[in-house]
Amino acid sequence: MSIPLPFFIAIPLVVGFLLPAFGKKGKAVATVLANLVTVLLLVFAVASIGKTEVYEIGKWSIPLGINLVLDGLSSLLLLAISVVSAAAMLFSVRYMERYTAKIKYLSLFLLMVAGMNGVVLSGDIFNLFVFLEIASIASYALVGFGCENEELEASFKYMVLGSIASILVLFAIALVYGNTGTLNMAYISKTIQNSGLNAGLKFALALFIVGFGLKAALVPFHAWLPDAHPSAPAPISAMLSGVLIKSLGVYSLVRIVFNVFGVSVSVSWVLVALGVLSMVIGVFLAVGQWDLKRLLAYHSISQMGYVVLGIGIGALILARNGKVEWAALAILGGLFHLVNHAVFKSLLFLTSGSVEMSTGTRQLKEMGGLVERLPFTRTTCTVASASIAGIPPFNGFWSKLILVVAAIQAGFLYLAAVTVIVSLVTLISFLKIQRYVFLGELPENLRQVKENKGSMLVAMISLACLCVLMGLLVLVPGLKQAILDPAVKVLTDGLNYSADVMAM
Amino acid sequence: MPYSLCFLLFMLGLYCAVVKKNMVKIVIGIMVMEYAVNLFLIMLGYRTGGTAPIIDKGQLEAGTGQFISSSVDPLPQALVLTAIVISLGSLALLISICIRVYDKYGTFDITQIRRLKG
Repeated sequence: MSIPLPFFIAIPLVVGFLLPAFGKKGKAVATVLANLVTVLLLVFAVASIGKTEVYEIGKWSIPLGINLVLDGLSSLLLLAISVVSAAAMLFSVRYMERYTAKIKYLSLFLLMVAGMNGVVLSGDIFNLFVFLEIASIASYALVGFGCENEELEASFKYMVLGSIASILVLFAIALVYGNTGTLNMAYISKTIQNSGLNAGLKFALALFIVGFGLKAALVPFHAWLPDAHPSAPAPISAMLSGVLIKSLGVYSLVRIVFNVFGVSVSVSWVLVALGVLSMVIGVFLAVGQWDLKRLLAYHSISQMGYVVLGIGIGALILARNGKVEWAALAILGGLFHLVNHAVFKSLLFLTSGSVEMSTGTRQLKEMGGLVERLPFTRTTCTVASASIAGIPPFNGFWSKLILVVAAIQAGFLYLAAVTVIVSLVTLISFLKIQRYVFLGELPENLRQVKENKGSMLVAMISLACLCVLMGLLVLVPGLKQAILDPAVKVLTDGLNYSADVMAM
Repeated sequence: MPYSLCFLLFMLGLYCAVVKKNMVKIVIGIMVMEYAVNLFLIMLGYRTGGTAPIIDKGQLEAGTGQFISSSVDPLPQALVLTAIVISLGSLALLISICIRVYDKYGTFDITQIRRLKG
């Protein structure tokens, strides 16, 4: 059965606007409905694995009308978005009870999901911008959802930097339109292949890198992330760190660089440099933090560095006309780490939400000994910590292993060494979380805390199971060929993207 | 020449958003940037002495070649319309956050609104 691509965008959008109609009395119905939508999207995303198709809205053929494109990379991102959003939505059922405007939260959540699905499916750059703005504006509002001092301040900071990023992207789109006369990604790519890059297009590429880099919080542009992600409610932190910075930032950046403009040596070095800087600076800023969620937020920067580094090494090999298999391995490492990070980082934020809800604090120094009181939270948090630190057999180990092997194979011994060292520092900071939150003396005032039950527990345990099982994605050849290989192939094919889309 | 003035407007907005200490001025700076980009898009499709891009039956029968060479490009206008709606949405949210922050902190000065650090 083939699922019409607009469903991925239309269903959350329509339901998101319907929910406020339920009013205060229909809160339970609205919650169930929102959960049904995220589960339905998960089913759709699983059903669309391995398919490639172009949907022309209103039957206008490609250069004239708006079109949605589903290929390997899009379906990988769709899968990550729907897994994380289903888990976060399940978690919110109980967690969001203490906020007053739960229905508004649910509709903003669904709007954000619609925006992200639109970004990964869009086939022309202006629609990509529109969906990017839908997702961003929903996320600005969600970051400030608590309306406390810190949350409003973080939301304002995030919104200023996010708006500047969006304007830069719009400026770049205008430049691209002025120089190529089309907005469709496949046709832009074809025009660039025929006539080469002129100064205007190079400037546009630079603007795209800065704009999407701001959205992805890569290191010179990371200032908003450590404020914004901890201030949001826990399920939203999970969504922001888990998938928003990936689909809005890294996916768009990679799509533009690989499939529209084509890789070049200088741009690849920029990607590698951004990756290494994010990796190293993010992790060293993280170790010194005493706020649980802030520490996790800095780790998001660091782990996004791994993703961009893997993809950057792949781009460099492709740009130098090196072996395609080596490039494919590096890109595989990057994309696999992207999916893994979506799962374990959202799990970590959910466990931090569970700890915060039980104890009422996020400060590491005020906690301790919670292993007796919160056994399930402790177990899932340990699984996620082991994954992010790269301990076998959890999923983070496999993607980091692939990245290190790919870096050594391509001759970047220093980069491989840096990757391993950053991984060790990551381990140290997660030992710190284990030590201060779950082990040690239980403070007097926390004697009575209770484990969170029900939907929160189900969401955390299912993500923890995924952390254990996701290593199978590379170990079982069938799964690898179905899910990861098509995504890698989209990137290694590079500019053939335009021919592929036109042939569909 | 018009393009460089448009770029100057963009840089003025960026300067305002980055340097100013008052939240409302930052918001104004962001909007100036947004309008500069919208102006740039409009200029891309503009043609001195061009006609409106609406084709009537007589022109259609006479062939579209002459119409295409005399009308302005309608696509950037559609884009700007969309971009204006989006920027209206984000402007409304920015201003409402400013009002809430003023309620909490009693100031618009971002150097005094600094609870988050580290």
